[in-house]
Amino acid sequence: MSTTPPKPPGYQLPKEHYLNATYGLRSWLLTTDHKRIALLYLASVTFFFFLGGIFATMIRIHLLTPAGYLVTPETYNKLFTMHGVAMIFFFLIPSIPAVLGNFLIPLMIGAKDVAFPKLNLLSWYIYITGGCFVLYSFATGGLDTGWTFYTPLSSVYSNSAVTPAVLGIFINGFSSILTGLNFVVTIHTMRAPGMTWFRLPLFVWAQYSTSIIFILGTPVIAITLLLAGLERMFHLGFFNPALGGDPILFQHLFWFYSHPAVYIMILPAMGVISEIIPTFARKPIFGYTFIAASSIAIAVIGFFVWAHHMFLTGESTYAALAFSLLSYLVAIPSAVKVFNWTSTLYKGSISYDTPMLYALGFIGLFLIGGLTGLFLACLGLDIHIHDTYFVVAHFHYIMVGGAIMGYIGGLHFWWPKITGKLYPEFLARLAAVILFVGFNLTFFPQFILGYLGMPRRYHNYPPEFQVLNVMSTAGASILAMGYLLPMLYLTWSMRYGKVAGPNPWPATGLEWTTASPPPTENFDVTPEVDWEPYDYKNRPDLGLGTPSVPSLSPAHGDD
Amino acid sequence: MQSQLPFYPDQASNFAPSVDSLMTFLILVSVGFSVIITAAIVIFFFKFHRKSKNEIGVPIHGDMRLEVMWIVIPAILALAMFGWGAVIYVDYRHAPQDTLDIYVIGKQWMWKIQQPNGRREINELHVPVGRDVKLVLASEDVIHDFFVPAFRVKMDAVPGHYNTMWFRPTKAGRYHFFCSQYCGTSHAVMGGWVTVMEPADYAAWLSGTTGEDVNPVVAGEKLFAEKACSTCHLSNGTGRAPSLNGVYGGTVRLADGSTVNADEAYIRESILFSNAKIVAGYQPLMPSFQGQLTEEQILSLTAYIKSLQSQPVPATGAGVIAPGKK
Repeated sequence: MSTTPPKPPGYQLPKEHYLNATYGLRSWLLTTDHKRIALLYLASVTFFFFLGGIFATMIRIHLLTPAGYLVTPETYNKLFTMHGVAMIFFFLIPSIPAVLGNFLIPLMIGAKDVAFPKLNLLSWYIYITGGCFVLYSFATGGLDTGWTFYTPLSSVYSNSAVTPAVLGIFINGFSSILTGLNFVVTIHTMRAPGMTWFRLPLFVWAQYSTSIIFILGTPVIAITLLLAGLERMFHLGFFNPALGGDPILFQHLFWFYSHPAVYIMILPAMGVISEIIPTFARKPIFGYTFIAASSIAIAVIGFFVWAHHMFLTGESTYAALAFSLLSYLVAIPSAVKVFNWTSTLYKGSISYDTPMLYALGFIGLFLIGGLTGLFLACLGLDIHIHDTYFVVAHFHYIMVGGAIMGYIGGLHFWWPKITGKLYPEFLARLAAVILFVGFNLTFFPQFILGYLGMPRRYHNYPPEFQVLNVMSTAGASILAMGYLLPMLYLTWSMRYGKVAGPNPWPATGLEWTTASPPPTENFDVTPEVDWEPYDYKNRPDLGLGTPSVPSLSPAHGDD
Repeated sequence: MQSQLPFYPDQASNFAPSVDSLMTFLILVSVGFSVIITAAIVIFFFKFHRKSKNEIGVPIHGDMRLEVMWIVIPAILALAMFGWGAVIYVDYRHAPQDTLDIYVIGKQWMWKIQQPNGRREINELHVPVGRDVKLVLASEDVIHDFFVPAFRVKMDAVPGHYNTMWFRPTKAGRYHFFCSQYCGTSHAVMGGWVTVMEPADYAAWLSGTTGEDVNPVVAGEKLFAEKACSTCHLSNGTGRAPSLNGVYGGTVRLADGSTVNADEAYIRESILFSNAKIVAGYQPLMPSFQGQLTEEQILSLTAYIKSLQSQPVPATGAGVIAPGKK
């Protein structure tokens, strides 16, 4: 990596940076550098993403025919359960916070590292330990409870390896809590001189909101799954009515975390989009304070909507009315973000670079995901579409169309900063388009399947649903190509990509004022901030707006 | 009734047209928003495309009037969606009077159904067209969910709870029903058919009862004696326990001064957790029957207690305030 390709115009990799500061396995496994820890997470979440992706592929192949094409019912049930567990707990939740958040938060606020670097490394080890428990469960009997672990199915009736799985998720929870804690303290105490709260990049606001949910929500899921595990192992009656427990109690506790967990997945992606759009429109984001405040609003209101997953469990009509109304309330700040992003494009100087394609794709998919959330929050409609493929389509639009598009878009945006190299632009644009098309073909038919009445988690289905299922599977094969392509060219670019230079876009954030890849200490001199966020007009150092040479002084902040 | 759109399923109950209209409203609003946003993105994307390498955008920081507008307008539309949905849901959760009550028990992986006269079915449900039907749902093991897409209704069957759902079939025919709450290995095959029949056909079908089917009221009466319920719950109200005549559907005053509606869930709870709610004026003497009765026996007892409706309420029956209306 330290060898510089001969040609590119002027830029050279810095002599020493965080990737070549030290060598050897030990220097990685014992690192306390937030950037290296981010890369450890990048490798591990990518592993779980491909594991979950393999399960998803088998699910889609199986559903090609009404009778089920590939596997036995037991195996099918394990596939969708393990797909959900791997993707949600071990990919989506840590993806943006632990990879991009870890890498970027200190750089964005002008700090040398996070507040507790050793705790940061510990979080990764906890994540790996939890992951090992879950992999052990997958390998020794699998898991067939659904990722929701509803009792008494999970705590009494399932014959699969539930206990190691719930222990793994319990352990993994501490990783989230410590990461959240680390981010909150870092953002509060380690901002560079001049980096006031309202000069923070919106990505940092989003991470801050996410961290609040990590800290407040995760303990609840951890203890809930532990209780389910105790009921399974020692027959303590918490949720099993035969032992005096209540299965509905489990759902309340589970969703108290797991609904806010949806915002853990989507808020950081929104943060990424809020960075990309002003950069590639080269203008300040429209309504900065509204976007920042809406992140906090989503995090807070998101804690009060959980029972909208339970409208048909027999919960009281009054509770259902309250939770439906609150669910509509949480839609407003999401809508505010979409309107502000769109308005930011107005009178911009818009480029068609890859991250921008992901950002615009994100808006489109999140729009559909968000609007169909209104259908599910609607009490009268939920009677019909609850627990059908409509729900499956809706949350994949949010989690795959939203969170993963944001994650991959963010990876492209900051790839030059992380590796110092540029990826091949044409392939990257192609992959973005393939992902968008493949995604819609996979999941849009599922809305229709749902309204027609196909329940979720079915290993076989009535023949009238076949056409739409085949469409969905066809889409999934396109989608899979869209995921494999970036994996290949991003890996390729680490060695063979063009040298990026400190600020290839150019963007306005502090992270772009230091070298790419950054030195271990992030900045040679502690930066001072005297500009507003996303301000292109008053940043002569970016070399824009005038016909001058596009060059950049490496360290900013001496004025 | 024909469905409005090709991707709407058959409309075969009173709820289907209203749910579909609501769906249409939400689709229209969603399409409206999507078109506005998408059009704006596409137009801006091409119109404001970067013309020269060093060009920057016009620095616009925001607009308070626009922010207020796109908070208020979505909020109003959201309230409309909420209100419309709430009206349908509240109607769905409150069954009308004089329903045809059918008992449905979910177990891994079949539905056991019992008609009011005792006729049993498995994975089949026969109902008459035009009659309000109430399903009382119970589960013997894990959580299941009874879902009839053509009726646009579903409800969970939760172990340890009774849930009810109601609908009025409007079109004769055969319709799929599914288990819609994941319940283990054979979840996907835990379904069957609802047959909606003309009332006369239904009556004829119902009278084809085989000898094995016992009317749940008769079975419940027998159990009531076998389990010695009748030694305390004397019908004239002079026993150690309150008379159960006319209890169902009324309001019961409890020892702690509160009141409770005597519905199926209350009767079930009183049998299984007898000390949970003590009727005013009585001692907590009743043993718990938890674990000693099958779900079907509990349903039979409930059916029997409900059948005591028509008999006069004894004057001394403390606790019972008002018989009748729910």
